Amino acid sequence: MLSAKNLKITFNAGTPIENRALRGLSLDIPTGQFVSVIGSNGAGKSTFLNAISGDLLVDEGSVTIDHTDVTRKHAWERADLVARVFQDPMAGTCEALTIEENMALAMARGRRRGFSFALNRQNRELFREKLAILNLGLEKRLTDRIGLLSGGQRQAVSLLMASLQPSRILLLDEHTAALDPKTAAFVLELTARIIEESKLTAMMVTHSMRQALDYGSRTVMLHQGQVVLDVSGKEREGMDVPHLLEMFERTRGEKVSDDALLLD
Amino acid sequence: MTLYSFMGALEIGLIFSLVALGVLISFRILNFPDLTVDGTFPLGGAVAATLIASGSDPFTATLVATAAGAFAGMLTGWFNVRLRIMDLLAGILLMTALYSINLRIMGKPNVPLIFEPTVFSVLLPGVLPDYIEKPLLLVVVVLVIKFALDWFFSSETGLAMRATGANPRMARAQGVATGRAKLAGLALSNALVSLAGALFAQSQGGSDISMGIGTIVIGLAAVIIGESVLPARRLIWMTLAVIIGAVLYRFFIALALNSEFIGLKSQDLNLVASLLVTFVLVLPILKRNLRLRGRQGG
Repeated sequence: MLSAKNLKITFNAGTPIENRALRGLSLDIPTGQFVSVIGSNGAGKSTFLNAISGDLLVDEGSVTIDHTDVTRKHAWERADLVARVFQDPMAGTCEALTIEENMALAMARGRRRGFSFALNRQNRELFREKLAILNLGLEKRLTDRIGLLSGGQRQAVSLLMASLQPSRILLLDEHTAALDPKTAAFVLELTARIIEESKLTAMMVTHSMRQALDYGSRTVMLHQGQVVLDVSGKEREGMDVPHLLEMFERTRGEKVSDDALLLD
Repeated sequence: MTLYSFMGALEIGLIFSLVALGVLISFRILNFPDLTVDGTFPLGGAVAATLIASGSDPFTATLVATAAGAFAGMLTGWFNVRLRIMDLLAGILLMTALYSINLRIMGKPNVPLIFEPTVFSVLLPGVLPDYIEKPLLLVVVVLVIKFALDWFFSSETGLAMRATGANPRMARAQGVATGRAKLAGLALSNALVSLAGALFAQSQGGSDISMGIGTIVIGLAAVIIGESVLPARRLIWMTLAVIIGAVLYRFFIALALNSEFIGLKSQDLNLVASLLVTFVLVLPILKRNLRLRGRQGG
């Protein structure tokens, strides 16, 4: 399970552009739970995700994954525990490398890398099998550079890559935001399927309230670097977007001004 | 061009193909514009020549020279990764420092190797004239190194190094310690350049403090010429391309300097080199302009 306690991160501390991105954020995610995280621009969603992945080290607080304290560990030292898919399709894969090379990189996530060939008949066979699930014909394009793929195809491959090795938590950072609606729906369905099949613990940051309610079993809302809303179980079932908005406004005593949050 | 000058150009071209492979690793694979090579090329020459002149075995001397280059490359990496000095500046700092260090190593501006044993004098059977056997031996050496590099970059560790250059954030997310990968890559790159310097000193009769000037230009020229002669994305072709590039570059230079009607002399070497690189760099633009003009005409 993941346990984040009292996380604080301040950017540009002590300057006029000081930004207190996380202000004592705490969240526990039990093993096997799929949590959707929502919040307006600047709520601290991405900062929170980066604090879990180790891309950012927190100023205060602690991050524990499966009873291992990873607070001071860098991203590459946590890679055995954390898998992630980035928002930008360009960010999660290596454009200049082939599909199979990208997958081979992900295959070694969190393991010691040696001097044996990164690609061999066995893992090529495995990659082909995995890619075939996508139904995009990519299993015939193992040696194509990944830069030749569309954004949606790249995100789909990123998802596969994240699931090649076991992880304690899968982080999805608005991973469908850069895609057209149809492709986004496809990638979302794929996400749900992979999480379900491998019984992954996952945290999905999204900009859309609809998505947040439709996927996963718990929804958390961030505002000004803190958790302001945490719904799951019965309360969450049958909840719709206006209802969620109303709850948010009641807790904060203010109106949601970010239009993007209202969009489906 | 006589056979003698042809083989001479081939010999130096092959030695510089090791520089080109080093530059390929830093500039292209690691995406790190490393100027240390202007210092590590003469470093290799200085270490090898000084050791041989003081009675050391030429193979040991060459090996120590290569290791010295690796260490210098690692320092550049350390300056950049740990001390957060900009990549270009880190290389310039090391290159400048190495000028003094090379002088210290040699104790004087040049160390001649005339009668001392070299890797060439020991290895060559002496059946054919030297100027034919030397390039043949170098072809073998360069090819062995090329295939070793191809193997390394297709291994798990090598792939991690390529990812470090191509997309460091992604590499870290996959558990690659990108800082360490950068250090190792720069060590490998500068080891190759230093080896080239050691071989150059042994083939050209000694080491000179000024022999490093323009190394980076030659290395880059080789890489760029190679890429335009043999455009390829796969690494095994890229390593071959830069070797061809280094040899071709040397032939162009030899042609330019040997054509008496142009009136160029050997002191014009660096001017010709820079012009040549500039020409290769603007070649894509010239090509496009020509194509556009052709379309208008048609």
